[in-house]
Formats: sequence, structure tokens, C-alpha cells
Amino acid sequence: MYGFPLQPEQASTLSVEMDYLYYFLTALTIFFAGLIFATVFYFAIKYRRRDKDEVPPQYEGNLKLELTWTIIPSLICVLIFVWSAHVFMRASTPPPSATEIFVVGKQWMWKVQHPEGPREINTLHVPVHEPIKLTMTSEDVIHDFGVPAFRMKRDVVPGMYSTEWFEATKTGEFHLFCDQFCGMGHSHMVGTIVVLSHEDYARWLASQLNAKPMSVTGERLFGQLGCNECHTPEGKPGVPPLQGLYGTDVKLQNGKTVTADDAYLRESILGPEAIVGYPPNMPTYQGQMNEEEVLQLIAYIKSFGPPGERKATKQ
Amino acid sequence: MSAVAVEVEAPTMPEVHYLNADYGWRSWLFTTDHKRIAWLYLFAITGFFAVGGLMATLMRLNLVEPTGALMEPASYNKLFTAHGLIMIFFFLAPSIPTVLGNFLIPIMIGARDVAFPKLNLLSWYIFMLAGSVFMFSVIRGGVDTGWTLYTPLSTTYANGNVLSAAVGIFISGFSSILTGLNFMVTIHKMRAPRMTWFRLPLFIWALYATSVIFVLAMPVIAITLALIALERIFHVGIFDPALGGDPILFQHLFWFFGHPEVYILILPSMGVVSELVAAGCRKRVFGYSFVAFSSVSIAAISFMVWGHHMFLTGQSVYAGFVFSALSFAVAIPSAIKVFNWTATMHKASVSYDTPMLYAIGFIGLFTIGGLTGLFLASLGTDVHLHDTYFVVAHFHYVMVGGAIMGYLGGMHLWWPKMTGKLYPEAWARFACLLVFAGFNLTFGPQFILGYLGMPRRYAVYPAEFQVLNVMSSAGASILALGYLIPLIYFTWSAFKGPVAGPNPWGAKGLEWTIPSPPPTNNFDETPVVEEAYAYGPEEAHVG
Repeated sequence: MYGFPLQPEQASTLSVEMDYLYYFLTALTIFFAGLIFATVFYFAIKYRRRDKDEVPPQYEGNLKLELTWTIIPSLICVLIFVWSAHVFMRASTPPPSATEIFVVGKQWMWKVQHPEGPREINTLHVPVHEPIKLTMTSEDVIHDFGVPAFRMKRDVVPGMYSTEWFEATKTGEFHLFCDQFCGMGHSHMVGTIVVLSHEDYARWLASQLNAKPMSVTGERLFGQLGCNECHTPEGKPGVPPLQGLYGTDVKLQNGKTVTADDAYLRESILGPEAIVGYPPNMPTYQGQMNEEEVLQLIAYIKSFGPPGERKATKQ
Repeated sequence: MSAVAVEVEAPTMPEVHYLNADYGWRSWLFTTDHKRIAWLYLFAITGFFAVGGLMATLMRLNLVEPTGALMEPASYNKLFTAHGLIMIFFFLAPSIPTVLGNFLIPIMIGARDVAFPKLNLLSWYIFMLAGSVFMFSVIRGGVDTGWTLYTPLSTTYANGNVLSAAVGIFISGFSSILTGLNFMVTIHKMRAPRMTWFRLPLFIWALYATSVIFVLAMPVIAITLALIALERIFHVGIFDPALGGDPILFQHLFWFFGHPEVYILILPSMGVVSELVAAGCRKRVFGYSFVAFSSVSIAAISFMVWGHHMFLTGQSVYAGFVFSALSFAVAIPSAIKVFNWTATMHKASVSYDTPMLYAIGFIGLFTIGGLTGLFLASLGTDVHLHDTYFVVAHFHYVMVGGAIMGYLGGMHLWWPKMTGKLYPEAWARFACLLVFAGFNLTFGPQFILGYLGMPRRYAVYPAEFQVLNVMSSAGASILALGYLIPLIYFTWSAFKGPVAGPNPWGAKGLEWTIPSPPPTNNFDETPVVEEAYAYGPEEAHVG
């Protein structure tokens, strides 16, 4: 049948690192459980009650022993903590060079957008040996994008962007699970990660004929939603210029400074009165567009280029 | 006192005791005797355990086939939600405190009753009201949010009877708070002369720590549930981002209650095991003060670890570090307990009677449950194991392998005291063995399932996970049998069991100095206590 595997496939750079920690913890568990079991059984047999009225000698505890079995486990815990924090830090920090792909969870499917345009449902095609960063949000309840073969998992929370990253080390198809209970169809919210060689991936991208880059779709939305009436390339008084905005520092009304990143842009679009240091002239777009469209708009705003290069892209 | 004469005479039962001092349903439903209230709780929670267990059985049956052997996912989701809520709020949390705690706390400290006997009865009525409201929500169609009631699923998207279920749990909290208060006051104010804190049985220390958590944690869940109701009925934006709320806020509130709640479930059981080990070894528990203080420190640290349920929610990496470190810290007092119980067996007189077998079973299963907790406290491995069957296996090792083993062990140790009757020892040992074997077969494979990546709360699953799931379901049927047998022989024993006598185990402690069953007033004269666990030659303790 399916054999009897004890371990999921190792298909990402992180999976190897995480498994070493797992092996160590497993060995530790077996050692200490074995130690306790062996001692308990040994004492239970050696000191079994031999006489109905037997009363053993009494003695108090032993401070040295108590300290020993407090300090040794504590030191082991410190070791595990440092090691595991290190692995977690790696798992939580996408490399700057990572390719970004966007994921929107909704009851009960995964919707994926590649910046180049292709969109997928419950499937994600990625090239092997390339760091991929997923920027994720949810349309409704909390989901969780987990891929056991990559030892990767992160909650997908409505109202915010969460990120996770991986670098696949082998080609093939791997399970994608929703790991956070999300209602009736939770166990059907599964999919496949398809890891392709670079050539196959290029071929796959080219085969997605109708796909337009996210920024282009975003530009169309920019017109449809009437954003361009105020946010003109020349700029209007009281309206923040979008050209070169992405990645810059923005001063808020409360005096704090934030970086204009994806989360900032999303919040500015959906609930502008909440955050920006400009007069609250802009209507809220909450409820008028879905999360995928928000991501497309952000892609368009990003395409204006980094700060300093004030140009509006056209193609 | 009269400890010398115990062995010589045939065991006897007093003519009049708390069970036959009064007759008729009024004498039970309006009783303020802590021992009778313990029985009221025993019947109630046994019923809830049966319902929760039946649900677990149906779930395991459904998982025999990858596509779901019995039911649609919608029904499965409601089953695991109800299973979790019933087992946690209506069985495990009340189990040891309200049955064994109610029965034993006054007796163990040499008091006639708890501090507020009428409040004690009121707690039971509140508990029954809560249970009825909750069961009403289940019968009306159930809830499909998982016991964790995560938002915005529970406030905006779930169609089930979230409100009535929440009201049930809300009410049950008041029962727990009143019980906790009652126990705390009792332990503070009603100890027998010369019974200092360090002469208390360790069971009392554990229940004291539990009571503190009851009083501090239950209000938090009550408030959280009230906020859910506010959002669900009046659409006040608290948790749903579409209304301007924050879904993660709910998790902070829920787990600030939820993790201490976990220790409400296991601490009493640890207290029971200390008593089982002492009685089964005829020995003072090794490192008494370390075991006592570990209960208190577990209770204290339990309020500071809630964030380890939220490592993957987008909480800051540094918050993750802090919660991870604190979670390791809470593991240490648990380890200290295990080491001390084991050390108590050194040069002891180890009995193979059922209570001691349960204690040994507890030590084994709790050790595994505790050590596998390290995998989840550890940030690096939690990324992979979070929300998989590994978590399911881990907390069942603690709650079923730990808490229920302790509860059953305690029931076996004190059953002769509660009824004055013995149970059939051979059957009891056999059932204990079944529980142990069935339990490991049920939940052992789930560790592997989780590492392989099978998410929890899946009604259907990829076919490659089937072999392990079938093993788990097979184990569950053995476990069910192991739980059924004690129900039968305890019932038999209550009516037909041989007379136990005041102290069938040759154990020490105030409860063993009075007749079985005890008289309504517990003690004819107020006892004076010189030492906890006064085993050893009699002369050494006569001061």
C-alpha cells in the first residue's frame, strides 16, 4: 500500500534544519522517558510489597538531588530554546532576493496570483532552488497555509498580511493544507504545490496566455475605481503623490513614522481615515473590492518604482 | 489514636453514615453535605463523560476511511467541537475538584464541611444549568467552530448555535469560580489544630493552586464570551476586521484563559498522584516541599505562556521568543514532580493494587505528554507541528493519559472511603491495563501522523494517512472498553461489594482514620495533626 513512512519528505532548505532539531528532541524524549520508565519499573519490582503490613523506612527529600534535577533540565531547555529560536528566526525572515507570490485564502479555497499575471486556485507552481516569499491574507476567517514537505506553516489572517517563505530543493508535487479550522469545508481546503525545474517553470509561465501582470490589472482598477481622479501624476493639493511612495517613510497624524509597505497601502486604501497624515478626503474602499484586487492595486502603486525615480510606468 | 487495632478485626461498616443518614430525593437534591454534593457531581460528570466519549468514538469511526466512513464534514466538525467543549468544561475541569475535592478537602484537613456548604450546593445547580444550556445547543444542531471559538469564524461566519453554547460555558464559569472560592476559604480557615501548610496532603496543595486558577482565569473567558455575543448580536466591531476589529485579540484573551485552564485540568490529577504514590508506597512523598511549591509555580507561570498558542499568527518574532522561553520554564516544575514521585518509590513498599497501577501509568503517560510539549514550546519545531495531529496527541497524553488516569486512580483509592465497599481487584487491574494499552494505541500513532503533516480537525484526509488512523481507531475501541468496565464494577460494588473497613490500604491521612463511609459530621472529635504522611514506626510520630 503506502508503506509506513515516519517522516514527511524533505523538500525545502528549511526542512533539513528543522528535522535536526526534531531528531534531537525525539532522542531527548526517548532518553528521559526511558530513564523514568526504567527507574519506575526497577523500583516497582525491587521494592515490591512483600508483606501485607510492611512499612518501609522513612526519609525526607534530598536537596542535592532536587537541585540536580532542576538545573540539568533547565540547562537542556536553554539549549533547545536557543537552537529553536535560531531556526524560527530563519523561518520567519524571507531573504531579500525572494520572489514574491500572493495568496488569498477564502472559504474554502486558496487563490494565488503571480506578479507576472498567472492566477491559480488550490495550486501553486514554483521554480526549484529559488527562494519564494508568500504574502498572504484572507477574505473571511483565519486560514493557515501549511506545506509539510517544506516544514512551513503560517496563519492567514483577515485584515492583515502575513508572510512566509521557502526554497524548494526538489521538483515534484507536495500537499498544501489549511491548518487552521475555518468552517465546514476546512478539510477540503487542500491543494498542491508543484515544484518545477527552471525550464519547466518558464514554459509554464509562457503557457498562461491570458495572464496580465498584476500591476497592469491594478492600473485598470485604478481607473475603474476612480483613483486617478485625485491621484493624478501631476499631484493635487491635499492629495499624497503615489509616485515613488512605496518604501518611503510616511509621517502619520499622531507623529509616528511608518514605512509605506504593503500593509500600509492596504490600510490606506480600505480605511484611509485611520492612518494617513492627510485630510480625510478619500472615501473608504472597504467592501468595494476584494483582497485580490487590493493586491493588484498595490502592485500597480509599487510599479511606480522606488523612491527617487519619479516615473509612472506604462507599457 | 486507634491505628494499632486496624488489622485485627474484620472490616466493619458503621450503622449510620452520610449515605444512609437521610433518605429520599430531597435529602440529596437539597443536601449541603460536601460528601453528598460530591456524588451529585459524580453522576453529572459521568454522564457528560459518556456523551463526550461517545462523540470521540464516532469521530474515530469516521476517520477509519480517508473519505469519512460515517458522516459529512459538517457533522464531523460539530462532533469535535462538542467533544472538546464537553470534555474540557463539563468533565475534566470539574472532575477531580468537584468529586474528589469536594469529598476529600474537608476530611483531609479535619473539617466538618467546606466553608460555604450552601454555596457548594449552588455551584452544582449552576453547573447543571450550564450543562443543560450547553446540551440544548448541541441538540438544537450544535456548533462548528472548534472548542477554541476562533474569531471571526465564531462571530460572523459560523451558522451554528454559537450563542447558546457560549451561554452554557459562560454559566459554567460561575460554578467553577464559586467552587474555587469555597475551596480557598476552606483550606485557609478550616484546617484542624496544628495542621500547618506544610502538614497538608499534597492533594490539598494541588487543589489550592487549581482554585486560584479557577478564580483568576474563569472571569476572562466569561468576558471573552460576552464580547463574542456583543459582536454576534449587535455587530460591534471587536474581533472581525470587516467591522474594524482584530481577530488576533480574541486569541490573546482566549489563551490567557485557555492555558491556565489546561493546568486546571492537570494540577488536581498531579495532586491525586502524589496521594496514590504515598499510599501505594507507604511512604512520605520524596521532596514534599518541592512537590508542593511546584504546584504553586505551575499555577503562577501558567498565566504567562499563552502566546505559545500563537507563534504562527503573525505575532512578533520577539514575542515568540519570550513565550517560548516561559513555556520551557513551566516544564521544569512538572519535571520536578515526576522525578520526586519516582524517587518516592526508592526503598519503598510498592503495592500492585489498582490505585498504584494508575499512578505508574500516569507517570509514564504524563512524562511522554510533558516531553512532547517541548516540541511545541520550541519555536523551530512548532512551525511544522502546529495544528497537526502532533498537538492532538500531545494534549491527549496530558489530559487523558494524565488527567483521566489520575482521576480514575483517585476513584479507585477513595472508592472504599466513599462507599464503604471494595471493588473487584482483578477486574480493576485488568481495566487499568486496557486503558493504558488502548490509550497508547489510540494516541501514539497520532504523533507520527502529526509529524507527517496531517492537520487536526480534518473530516477527510489524504489516503496515505489511513494506516495510522486505523491503528488509532482500533486503540480507541480498546480504550472505550477500558472505561466501560470500571463503570460496571463500581456500580456492582456500590450495592454488592464486600465491606472495606476504614483503611483497606493501610494508608495514612485523616480520611483513613474515620469510618468508611464517614459519618455526616466526618469527625466525632476534632483531630490534631502532627505530620503529613506519618508512615513509619508509630513511636516516631507520637510526640
